[in-house]
Amino acid sequence: MSLEKIKEKVFSNKRLTRKDGLALFRSNDLLALGRMASHVARKKNGNHVYFVRNMHINPTNICVNRCKFCAFSRSKGEPGAYEMSIEDILDKARGAEKGVREFHIVSGLHPDLPFEWYLDMLRALKRESPNIHLKAFTAVEIDYLSKLSGLGLTDTLIRLKEAGLGSLPGGGAEIFNTAVRNTLCAEKISGDRWLEVIEAVHRAGLKSNATMLYGHIETAEHRVDHLIKLRALQDRTGGFQAFIPLAFQPHNTEIEKSTYTTGFDDLKTLAISRLMLDNFDHIKAYWVMLGEKVAQVSLSFGVDDLDGTVVEERIAKAAGGTTDGSMTKDDIVHLIKQAGRAPVERDTVYNIVKVWK
Amino acid sequence: MNTDLKKIIKKVPLKKRLDADEGLALFRKADLLTLGELANGVRKRLHPKRLVTFIVDRNINYTNICVNKCRFCAFYREADSPEAYLLPKDVIFRKIEETIAQGGTQILMQGGVHPDLGIDYFEDLFSSIKARFTIQIHSLSPAEITFIAKKAELSIEGTLRRLKASGLDSIPGGGAEILVDRVRKKVSPNKIRWRQWADVMTEARKLGMPASATMMFGSLETDREIIEHLIRLRTVQDATHGFTAFIPWTYQPGNTELGGRSATAVEYLKVLALSRIMLDNFKNIQASWVTQGAKIAQVALEFGANDFGSTMIEENVVAAAGVTFRMTRQEIVNLIQDAGYVPAQRDTVYNILKRESKLQS
Repeated sequence: MSLEKIKEKVFSNKRLTRKDGLALFRSNDLLALGRMASHVARKKNGNHVYFVRNMHINPTNICVNRCKFCAFSRSKGEPGAYEMSIEDILDKARGAEKGVREFHIVSGLHPDLPFEWYLDMLRALKRESPNIHLKAFTAVEIDYLSKLSGLGLTDTLIRLKEAGLGSLPGGGAEIFNTAVRNTLCAEKISGDRWLEVIEAVHRAGLKSNATMLYGHIETAEHRVDHLIKLRALQDRTGGFQAFIPLAFQPHNTEIEKSTYTTGFDDLKTLAISRLMLDNFDHIKAYWVMLGEKVAQVSLSFGVDDLDGTVVEERIAKAAGGTTDGSMTKDDIVHLIKQAGRAPVERDTVYNIVKVWK
Repeated sequence: MNTDLKKIIKKVPLKKRLDADEGLALFRKADLLTLGELANGVRKRLHPKRLVTFIVDRNINYTNICVNKCRFCAFYREADSPEAYLLPKDVIFRKIEETIAQGGTQILMQGGVHPDLGIDYFEDLFSSIKARFTIQIHSLSPAEITFIAKKAELSIEGTLRRLKASGLDSIPGGGAEILVDRVRKKVSPNKIRWRQWADVMTEARKLGMPASATMMFGSLETDREIIEHLIRLRTVQDATHGFTAFIPWTYQPGNTELGGRSATAVEYLKVLALSRIMLDNFKNIQASWVTQGAKIAQVALEFGANDFGSTMIEENVVAAAGVTFRMTRQEIVNLIQDAGYVPAQRDTVYNILKRESKLQS
């Protein structure tokens, strides 16, 4: 099928339908997808390509959910299981380079820690580094914390916010489709619950990102439906900042699939996300999973954000992520410049810190 | 977009040749997608059947001892280094046996330029391979051939004639680096200059021996020197029509004297696309998964490449710089199909041997 009709819609700012999304996934005309997605990205963000200087902190890999695609999680007492004390977390935070503006904090769902512990962690980090934004807890963790606190979603979020929570990452979305989700991560909250939690997050005045884990057992239909659900929620709340498709990392997981996503699939998925999610400001290429090369090329396929310097990433690495898990600011600036774009250092909520050139 | 650029862009689909200034303007001013669209158009014109080829072969680096000691190279060793080696004949034979067992049709033997190996050594090696195996000997870059000729006090033509008689079939285009002497003097001061590289290829053609052409970019060259390289190849090709393919790849700085950064993926795809656009008399352009990895090599199929290179059962030179992508035949086939093309195994001169016609779901 020709993409001409879709092209017309894109260039006249018309919203794409589910059918359009599926047609885009069926197409192998990568350059045409890039052309359309670039048009949209340019309209929204001009020549800018954003990144943030951040540090990942994964306080524990002990998790009561054991998702099949996850190579990171451990059960309590299992070899390789670890948990950091608040003092350990502060030690790590103190090691952050000057100029780091964000801690990205996600964990397993620890069976024993009380709700107060999470508030203490946030407060301690804020005391130690008052100027560093705390982007923490996926919707899955928020749901879990609300059960621990017994306060309900809204009050749980208010307490976390008071303790220093600045915004949320977008993890745990995986694929919303129930059948796929039951195969991948039966114990995890449902897709509908994920959306419900994030809606509460946005209503509580906190921004978040959104993700989609692709390249495992899902189909193009599942991907398009996932995008459309995110788009509908964004219409209601406007609380999403960036969408981040996450390429499935095949090693050390229980999913029977040994291959990485292809370069074609990565670029198509990013471009189609840019085209479908007309109400998202930013599409982010997570280079830790894609590799620096695809992430750089994706700047011509609808992407305007390269995430961060990501010091000490552990989750993708556990699953055979091919990058070494950190890039310096100079590395990121170089990649963006060599792609002919203007590097922009941002903070977590997209305030501009510095524009190069 | 300025009018100059628009004019240049219009020439490409009309099959009008671009000169150096036009090539340079296009390279500097056009964005990645524009270069991709132009290159993809040329590729479609030359290869309308959506076939993407690959070869099953093995690189056999018979020695790493080298008199040239290029500053960009992480592979060579001094003769007295504990890591220096020269492969015994039986090891080479075993490697060839393994290659044939895996459906291989070609061996690419390249060394360092070993100071003690003369024409007799290679004549003996090639003839003893041919006595034992049916396989294409695609071996010895122009730098090695020039050294062998000098050592034997023979002309290039005389040297090639004897090597050919002993079994050498075709010449790989390695050692081209950048075919501009200013760059060569800096990155490979002891290696042959560009004219000698071109002379070997021209003489090879006269003897009916096919050759490939390469470019290693991303070291110290300017944009204009990249263009100069392409124009020089195009000129040689006009005269000889002996090049089967062009293969650009990026300098890998790991463990080298020269150091620095490697070219990024966007730079690679732009140079690849520019090559497809400028080299109107080359039928085939190869993607370099060895330097770019599987993902970018696949994406390269939209930026002018119609060939996935080789399965490379063994590769040592890029690996010495710390870059070790590996690919099986099945992975190559899957990637080509995933991009919507039909994979086909080819031989050295791009005859199709086996088409993998069944598309995966």
